[in-house]
Amino acid sequence: MSPPDSAEALDTLLAGARALADHAPYPRVLLAPAAWERLAGELAAGTLDLLAFFGEAGAVHAVVRAPGSGRIAVLSLACPEGRFPSLGRVHAPAIRLERAIRDLHGLVPEGAADARPWLDHGRWPGSAGPVAYPFLAAEGDNLHQIPVGPVHAGIIEPGHFRFFASGETVVRLEARLGYAHKGTEALLAGADLVRAARLVGRVSGDATVAYGIAFARAVEAALRVPPPPRADWLRALMAELERIANHLGDIGAICNDASFTLLHAHLGILRERTLQASAAAFGHRLMMDRVVPGGVAVDLAVEGAAAIGRLIRQVQAELPELIDLYDNTASLQDRTVATGIVGAALVRRFAAGGFVGRASGRAFDARRRVPYPPYDALRFDVPVLNEGDVNARVWVRIREVQASLGLLEQILAGLPGGATRHALPEGGPGAAREGLAIVESFRGDVLVWVRIGADGRVVRCHPRDPSWFQWPLLEAAVEGNIVADFPLCNKSFNCSYSGHDL
Amino acid sequence: MRKRLFQNILTRPVTIDAPAPGEAELAAVAAALQERARRCLGRSLAIREVDAGSCNGCELEIHALNNAVYDLERFGIRFVASPRHADVLLVTGPVTRNMEEALRRTCDATPAPKWVVAVGDCGVDGGVFRGSAACVGGVSAVLPVDLRIPGCPPTPLDLLKGLLALLEGQATVKPRAAPR
Repeated sequence: MSPPDSAEALDTLLAGARALADHAPYPRVLLAPAAWERLAGELAAGTLDLLAFFGEAGAVHAVVRAPGSGRIAVLSLACPEGRFPSLGRVHAPAIRLERAIRDLHGLVPEGAADARPWLDHGRWPGSAGPVAYPFLAAEGDNLHQIPVGPVHAGIIEPGHFRFFASGETVVRLEARLGYAHKGTEALLAGADLVRAARLVGRVSGDATVAYGIAFARAVEAALRVPPPPRADWLRALMAELERIANHLGDIGAICNDASFTLLHAHLGILRERTLQASAAAFGHRLMMDRVVPGGVAVDLAVEGAAAIGRLIRQVQAELPELIDLYDNTASLQDRTVATGIVGAALVRRFAAGGFVGRASGRAFDARRRVPYPPYDALRFDVPVLNEGDVNARVWVRIREVQASLGLLEQILAGLPGGATRHALPEGGPGAAREGLAIVESFRGDVLVWVRIGADGRVVRCHPRDPSWFQWPLLEAAVEGNIVADFPLCNKSFNCSYSGHDL
Repeated sequence: MRKRLFQNILTRPVTIDAPAPGEAELAAVAAALQERARRCLGRSLAIREVDAGSCNGCELEIHALNNAVYDLERFGIRFVASPRHADVLLVTGPVTRNMEEALRRTCDATPAPKWVVAVGDCGVDGGVFRGSAACVGGVSAVLPVDLRIPGCPPTPLDLLKGLLALLEGQATVKPRAAPR
């Protein structure tokens, strides 16, 4: 349960602070240093959830949400001296975010427990040069280290995992990320909205639709140009196709990591059919660049609705048997049940979204808790389980596939007519404007914050991937499991490297 | 499970059944690839995929090559876990500075003869991330590239066509020794 006084905690912080104009749809305020300390206390006490934490020249911004009332605010702190009091020293989820702020903006978190660089591997122009990364120590008899990555055995993204193991048992896992850091935020600064949308759509390719919607909604909030209703519905159609494709593929891949290739093969076909239907409906298998600020770039193709209808029928016909097979294969259940457990308290503390949170009792789904059209007009279940193991994460995803199929049907039936795109003010809004949007990707809540200059170009944009609050939990999930179960645990999280590394 | 397995024996493969766009083209590409792969490589081409900082879009489509619809393995082309077992490095991403050394070392670990394929617009020239200070910008900035498969991301069919092109060019394209 969320603390009853969480809304009051946010009110107190907002009351004493200077509100900054032209931030929509949530307030942004400038906190005094004393209030910043109070914020740290509220986060540590769990009365506020940290949704995002990012920097820019001379300031840091924390996006928080009161879990009880659902109210959201952006709390900013000026850092004229290039330093700010660390939030991570009392609130662990902020630690990696602060390390990234230091690497990217040079702002120093005062009192931080972990001073190691995070995204900066010493290889950027002007860097001091690479040095050996000091992994956290694990001490004890017969411990050995297993280094894995950044180039992995499978077809996956780059990252390094350092296992400390005692025999087969993992004593500690520490991830080192940042290998996929592309400097996306630096490229976004100064970009026009067309280019910026393309960049944000490639923060994490598997969630390109969700990122597209989040960026578009943030821009539309900033510029006060809501998209036409048909665009909202088409976006949701794409988002649910994306969710189904990813869930089907990942459930199969989890089974594959337990060497149960039959399900992998069959779910792989259903995933392929989903991508083919997406291509038939919107002209691109992953639907990249189809969502744009102001609406959508393409309308639903003439044969699109029929293709999606066929897909719905095929998945509905074939999925139940495959689920039965998953549920009734003892050798598979042996690998997924009670493996890689994440506790409810940890998930709440990290405000972890997506199936990682919902498999451990945190009933947060942005489509429901931060409602945006058309989901406020649609009926769907948000499955929540409490076991927190690989099996629970698989089951949440199975039920989300079923829920999304129902959503596809409702969207196709209720799709309004009319325009698909509104023009944005030509030549820019004339003054700087800021916007924020939160959108539920298949992986969890994607948050995009944007500041648009008077000329209509992006001044600063921060896309925050759900993986920021999931990667650290993977380390907790693996502890005490055998090394051979790491692929299962990792795949059941399926965090984004690219989305995290930016 | 037994029921499902029996059903699979009795039904035709999805590869042939699927009436999706591009399916005819896929069949043509598949036949040609099979013949050439056998002639040049004795039915075996081992691919090591390296993500040098992609957005993971290319990985999704490379994964799709292994599904039952495209079924790359029937051509004798397969993905291997180590560069030491590979004939081809399939490299995605704009090559981030943080991945440059890892990519170079992966190539060094691959025995000659070997071929390097740059996949996706990012792998070709940095794509949408070209010009970033955090990226080298394209695989060819780090390794000699034998083949480019553009696209954002390239479809599985594009990738199949690309691998065919590699095999066709193999008689004339001399495999590279590892860069030192």
